[in-house]
Amino acid sequence: MSAPTVLHRPSPARLRAFPVRRLPSWTTAVVIVAALAAYPLVFADSAAHNIGILALTFGIAATGWNLLGGYAGQVSFGHALYFGTGAYTTALLVRDGWSPWLAIALSLPLAALFAAAVGWPCFRLRHHYYSIATIAVAEIVFILVTNLPGLGQANGWELPVVEPSLANLQFSLLDKRPYYYVALGFFCVAALAVWLFLRGRAGNYVRAIRDDQVAAAAVGIDVHRYKLAAAALSGAITALAGGFYVMYVLFVDPPSGLGLDLSVSFTLMAVLGGVGRFWGPLLGAWVLVFVQDLTRQEFSGSGRSVDLLLYGALIVLVSITEPGGLLAILQRLWAPVARRLGRASRTETDPEPVESAEVKA
Amino acid sequence: MSDLLQSVVNGLLIGAVFALVAVGLTLIYGVMDVINFAHGEMVMLGMYTSFFAWSVLGLDPLWSIPLAGVSIALTGLLMYVGAVGRVLGRSPLAQVIVTFGLQVFLRGLAQFLWTPNTRTIPRPWAAGLRWEIGPVIIGGPQVIMAVGALLATGAVAYFMNRTRLGGAVRAAGEDPAAASLMGIDPRKMYALCWVVAGLATGVAGALLMNSYSASPTAGVSFVLMAFVVVAFGGFGSITGAALAGLLVGVAQGVVGLYAPSYTLAAALALYLVVVLVRPQGLLGTR
Repeated sequence: MSAPTVLHRPSPARLRAFPVRRLPSWTTAVVIVAALAAYPLVFADSAAHNIGILALTFGIAATGWNLLGGYAGQVSFGHALYFGTGAYTTALLVRDGWSPWLAIALSLPLAALFAAAVGWPCFRLRHHYYSIATIAVAEIVFILVTNLPGLGQANGWELPVVEPSLANLQFSLLDKRPYYYVALGFFCVAALAVWLFLRGRAGNYVRAIRDDQVAAAAVGIDVHRYKLAAAALSGAITALAGGFYVMYVLFVDPPSGLGLDLSVSFTLMAVLGGVGRFWGPLLGAWVLVFVQDLTRQEFSGSGRSVDLLLYGALIVLVSITEPGGLLAILQRLWAPVARRLGRASRTETDPEPVESAEVKA
Repeated sequence: MSDLLQSVVNGLLIGAVFALVAVGLTLIYGVMDVINFAHGEMVMLGMYTSFFAWSVLGLDPLWSIPLAGVSIALTGLLMYVGAVGRVLGRSPLAQVIVTFGLQVFLRGLAQFLWTPNTRTIPRPWAAGLRWEIGPVIIGGPQVIMAVGALLATGAVAYFMNRTRLGGAVRAAGEDPAAASLMGIDPRKMYALCWVVAGLATGVAGALLMNSYSASPTAGVSFVLMAFVVVAFGGFGSITGAALAGLLVGVAQGVVGLYAPSYTLAAALALYLVVVLVRPQGLLGTR
């Protein structure tokens, strides 16, 4: 939609931000998951486990955000809505005596439905219009949940502590490793879902829409439908993070489940790690959770927090100097090493595919 | 009935401030096609400037208006030169993210430097004034804020629509390539937009200190309101933003009378309705 305004500048051909990247190979995936699985064994203290659990949880949400924001190019600042859907649905059902696994599973299609319902009207909007609309929807829901009776209002919900078991998704607070491995399992499920989506036709389509929506429509891609598909999966994955999160902290209220800051943090994680890159959001989540923990220890009690300051500075720096995020920096550092390895055993040196060639051809 | 009248008047008065805040946002959008998510934080910094002018120098918020305007104009210039100007021509995502990053940064900075506590200027000079017109009571701070905001909004509109330099800014916005052939440096014009927007938000911040408190999150509700105003007035239209500011103010006042918890929700719903049903805004034409 062009903006018919008094001062509007005709939209120039923009540089394309994200060249199409290869999806991660199985070897990368196995190495990363193995490293994640080893983490709680290497760092044995409870605080480190807590960092890992939060990083994986937010990594799930940011990976979900990245599918819509990074791959499909629809920058949402309202993903807390889906996180909250997962958290609230799980909290309410578990309080009613449901199995947490069933409750989380049920919240996923609900969040997908919400995401599609938000996307249905809002995907007609482009760029900033869409981004602001997502803020508007999420904030409206935040205000409604805070004020309307029946959803806990500002008090939120506490979940009952029950006997620790895998079926109850509650474990001893002395050893948090079970939580960590459940989170890792959920992350693998989320990553696999995103990978399957991106690998197929839908993945190529959404990337074509991101790069040039008009061209994508011109070659016959149903733009609206594939945006909705990406939004639905993205919402469901973010709800998975919300559902697990509420089982971990056993509490949810509007700021912790639906707040704008939460939406912002998903975006920041993805951008910091590498937007539109498969492992970027996970990396960003680890870095941000780690930084937050570090600064909280440093400045606790003073009422001042340095984490927002640091986040903001990081985001601005990354978006100015390296739009590909930390992952792009790592890859650049890794490239010479890989080249040397490649020369030794010439295996995986397939060239970068030409951008959107498969779609436009 | 008198309650309703009172709410309409209150809404009209605060609406003038919404208009002033929105004018800077719509200026940057119209000329550069960039949404400044850090706009509310510029207002917030203006409020702190005015607060410290009072607590350190003992200045009434009325006297700190020029100081706040100039400080935030410089801040705006710095934001453009340091960050926003460096992502011009990049993807829309990069531009959205960079102003978003600035928002988080500035809020974090305020929280770090001045703690999350709210800061209020007790008994500014304007608080001593009060008028009763029939059933309607009008407080001095409200009148000062509204008059100041209207004057400043008018000044920005005059600059953009009536002066040669304003014309150059508009030209750079409409067609940067053609403008540079005419000897206009678009980048300088973009920088000027940020200076003007900074001036406007700084003045708005100082005006607001007549009856609001400064805090790191003080800007959030104003920027959300400004988005609504900008959409309502038609993205990029300065006159539209000025009128829409008053209208949104009145709407907020009236909703606040019946459902005070839902004023922001109502405003955001208004944004959705406008962009989905009438994306050209109030005054825009297709």
